[in-house]
Amino acid sequence: MILIWFILLPLAGGVAAWLTGRRYPLLSRCVALLALILTFGHALSLWVRSTGIAWTGNGDGHRAWLYDVHYEWIPQLGISFHLAIDGLSLLLLLLSAFLGIMSVAASWTEIRDRTGFFHLQLLLVLTGINGVFLAMDLFVFYFFWELMLVPMYFLIDLWGHENRHYAAVKFFIFTQVSGLLMLIAILGLYFMHGAATGLYTFDYMELLRFQMKGSASLWLMLGFFIAFAVKLPVVGVHTWLPDAHTEAPTAGSVILAGLLLKTGAYGLLRFVIPLFPAASRDFAQVAMILAVAGILYGAVMAFGQTDLKRLVAYTSVSHMGFVLLGIYAGNMLSMQGAVMQIICHGVSTGALFIIVGALQERIHTRDMSRMGGLWSTVPRMGAVTLFFALASLGLPGLGNFIAEFLVLLGTYPADKIIAAIASTGFIGAAVYSLWIVQRVFHGAGNRAASERDGRPTDFSFREMAVMGVMMLVLLWLGLYPQAVFDIAKHPVESIRFTYAPGDNR
Amino acid sequence: MSASDITALLPIITPAIASVLVMMVIAFRRNHALTAALTTGGLVIASSMLLVMLPLLPRQVTPLIFVDRYAFFFMGLFFAASFFVVLLSYGYFAARPGRHDEFYVLLLIATFGSAVLAASSHFVSFFLGLELLGISLYSMIAYQRTDRYGNEAGIKYLVLAATSSAFLLFGMALVYAQLGTMQFTRIAVEAAALSVSSSLPLLAGFALIIVGIGFKLALVPFHMWSPDVYEGAPAPVSAFIATVSKGAVFVLLLRYFSLVDIHRFPAIVTVFTIIAIASMLIGNLLALAQNNIKRILAYSSIAHLGYVLVAFIAGGPAAITAASYYLAAYFVTILGAFGIISVLSSAGSGGRDADALDEYRGMAWHRPWLAGMLTLVLFSLAGIPLTAGFMGKFLVISAGAGSTLWLLLVVVAVSSSIGLYYYLRIITVLYTRVPAQVPEKRETPAAGPRLSLSGGTALVVLAVLLIWLGVFPSPLLRLIKATAEHLIY
Repeated sequence: MILIWFILLPLAGGVAAWLTGRRYPLLSRCVALLALILTFGHALSLWVRSTGIAWTGNGDGHRAWLYDVHYEWIPQLGISFHLAIDGLSLLLLLLSAFLGIMSVAASWTEIRDRTGFFHLQLLLVLTGINGVFLAMDLFVFYFFWELMLVPMYFLIDLWGHENRHYAAVKFFIFTQVSGLLMLIAILGLYFMHGAATGLYTFDYMELLRFQMKGSASLWLMLGFFIAFAVKLPVVGVHTWLPDAHTEAPTAGSVILAGLLLKTGAYGLLRFVIPLFPAASRDFAQVAMILAVAGILYGAVMAFGQTDLKRLVAYTSVSHMGFVLLGIYAGNMLSMQGAVMQIICHGVSTGALFIIVGALQERIHTRDMSRMGGLWSTVPRMGAVTLFFALASLGLPGLGNFIAEFLVLLGTYPADKIIAAIASTGFIGAAVYSLWIVQRVFHGAGNRAASERDGRPTDFSFREMAVMGVMMLVLLWLGLYPQAVFDIAKHPVESIRFTYAPGDNR
Repeated sequence: MSASDITALLPIITPAIASVLVMMVIAFRRNHALTAALTTGGLVIASSMLLVMLPLLPRQVTPLIFVDRYAFFFMGLFFAASFFVVLLSYGYFAARPGRHDEFYVLLLIATFGSAVLAASSHFVSFFLGLELLGISLYSMIAYQRTDRYGNEAGIKYLVLAATSSAFLLFGMALVYAQLGTMQFTRIAVEAAALSVSSSLPLLAGFALIIVGIGFKLALVPFHMWSPDVYEGAPAPVSAFIATVSKGAVFVLLLRYFSLVDIHRFPAIVTVFTIIAIASMLIGNLLALAQNNIKRILAYSSIAHLGYVLVAFIAGGPAAITAASYYLAAYFVTILGAFGIISVLSSAGSGGRDADALDEYRGMAWHRPWLAGMLTLVLFSLAGIPLTAGFMGKFLVISAGAGSTLWLLLVVVAVSSSIGLYYYLRIITVLYTRVPAQVPEKRETPAAGPRLSLSGGTALVVLAVLLIWLGVFPSPLLRLIKATAEHLIY
């Protein structure tokens, strides 16, 4: 039951918010917020409890699960409702609930239309995402994987900006096609495992014991990889991302960047590498080249944008490149760095999207050529933006630095050239991050804009609270990352072990 | 013929008797409600007769009919679908001028035909069942005599169905000439004994039968009639064509070619593979350009039959389960879709169905429940989780993967994404904010009158089934394993 709460709480909260939303929009917001705070508290309590548990098995590839629940679902096909949680899942669940709270708070004044329905969709996305992070049955995983698309589609399509229909459909189709390829791969694995062992099951832990050889495993691995690569996104299949991020409402962008992209990274860590270690090793070089290409491409594209939100979207492509790099570099340092990057990117990019949303709410544009000189009118906003811009460029002392530094450190022994090229991504990051602050807050003010819309108001107490919490989290992650490393250590260790048993860095 | 033979035939006989009874009652007393009630009663009794015959299965009754558990499952499915069609028709026709009683007689005869097809084991019963179904459908399609489109659709269906019957008969004749039997089991045995070189006329016969069946199932390249007929026919009749009519023919196809074992004839497998790929891709591609929901559903139905063919080509018990589940899920979904159209068309707006996409603009904000239901239906057609369509598609892909039909599976993935585009397009229309001009809007059919009781009930039940089949597939899977899978011993 402990794990079911992660699905039940947002689901029930969403329905309650929907029902109350018709008459009392404010109540609906509070209900949504409350449900997410409860979820967050639940995750926190699991974390506290987990520190007391002695993890079993070190470095021998044995997995220990904090909790593991099993219900019958479709026994005829070997499908069971199997959820389990380890440190990695727990971190991501914490992130999901945290960003959920932030996005409800951030849309407090932005969403005035169909409030109840909005919160229903928002919490349904989170339900699906939590399910993805918990599922230990490939069918259940696929079920939640597809399920989270629908509410996200509605979020973009109903509350998005000018070009929302196009963006929503593009997002849906990209993820759906890649998802179907993954389904085919899942079924391929299912039948091969069944043919080899006589046991037809979708259970992750059973399939984990099955080590496949030959070209089939490469093809199946690619089926999974494509689905996760689209989500991550890997350069080449990233084109849905700038559109979806730009057109989504603030909360939608936060969830997309902070959580949906992370489901791709999680999938690589949880499924691709442990299920197909040999094929992944063969593929590592390609994946790392793709990762570096993404880092540089994202940075260059970000620099070329005039739409502020699109700029932030492209920085995601760049930052997620580090995650991909860290995962495939395949040692403890780089993988821990990747996990750290998952968390820090979620928080910092989420914050940047909230800032862009707040700006757009005030001056009704995302076009940077129509901004400028805003620091004098909205100083608090400027300072906060500067903070997150610095986080994004990897300033030491903030979480992102730790993450990207570790990834590079881990990549260096794996492939020196790639590490060297990837580190130039820092230059790009510095350029585009400072560029944001420069163009939006410094320079000559754009009189036309300010005359039309009047003087924009600075961050309110609510907004400062949201930003303050996110700043504190990034600072904490930057100064004391050990807490995250400790909790992620065990799962990452066992993933690394299956991937590269000999390598003990 | 012994008493137990008659008992085994009861589910087939009951709809026939019911149609005669209803006809006689109409002669004395014309009352729409009474006729509809008698029809539903007939279908309920027919369904209960299934349980009566169950202990006697499997049983060959005359050379023509073979009642087994496979037939049991699909007869049940057809009766249930006809039952929903009656519920929808009642609301639909009650809002229209004219006499509607004979419609129900035709519906019962068509159901009778579908039951014959489900249990057919001989070319003669195959043809008789098909014609019973087809001939009642001509008149059902053109039942609204004053409707130009309905008449056009009826004539079109008449001409094409007759042509396809001719192909079918010629194909049967060729098979008969070659093997000297018209019984499926015998054909299977004789065909197995035949050497490959001398089987050319036999293959030609099979090919002609495939053409005939392809017409009835509206598979590409024999699909031209279906959008016009779907559009012209009254919405409940379109529902009947999409479900019972196509389902019955598919059930026969599955039985016939499972017995003959198409995998012994690579040429036939290739033909089916090409037909399946073409149906999936072309059906979905053509739907993109449509602005009429009934036409979109017609094209989507072409693609969906392509998906079922994937399971059919896969072969084996898993494939029969997948195809049966897919058909059941598709029946629920498409009945829901046409149910919504019927309910919306029940306005007294001069007979035209509410099928233009424009009439659905912003429906989510003034008719939230109906729009929610339509959203559910569309997600089910697209195969999104929590709906019946998802489980169906999952099983079909699973059957394909089990037989390593990777090419077909990739086509399934690609064509579903094309399909997704137009389903999402309808959803986008449903949820578009329309400028507040509510007072005028009230008069259009989309914002029209209240639901009829029968139509509303049908929709609620279908919505529950839609989600139930998507979330708890176990009971139906168990039923299918106990019944339909017995086609292969």
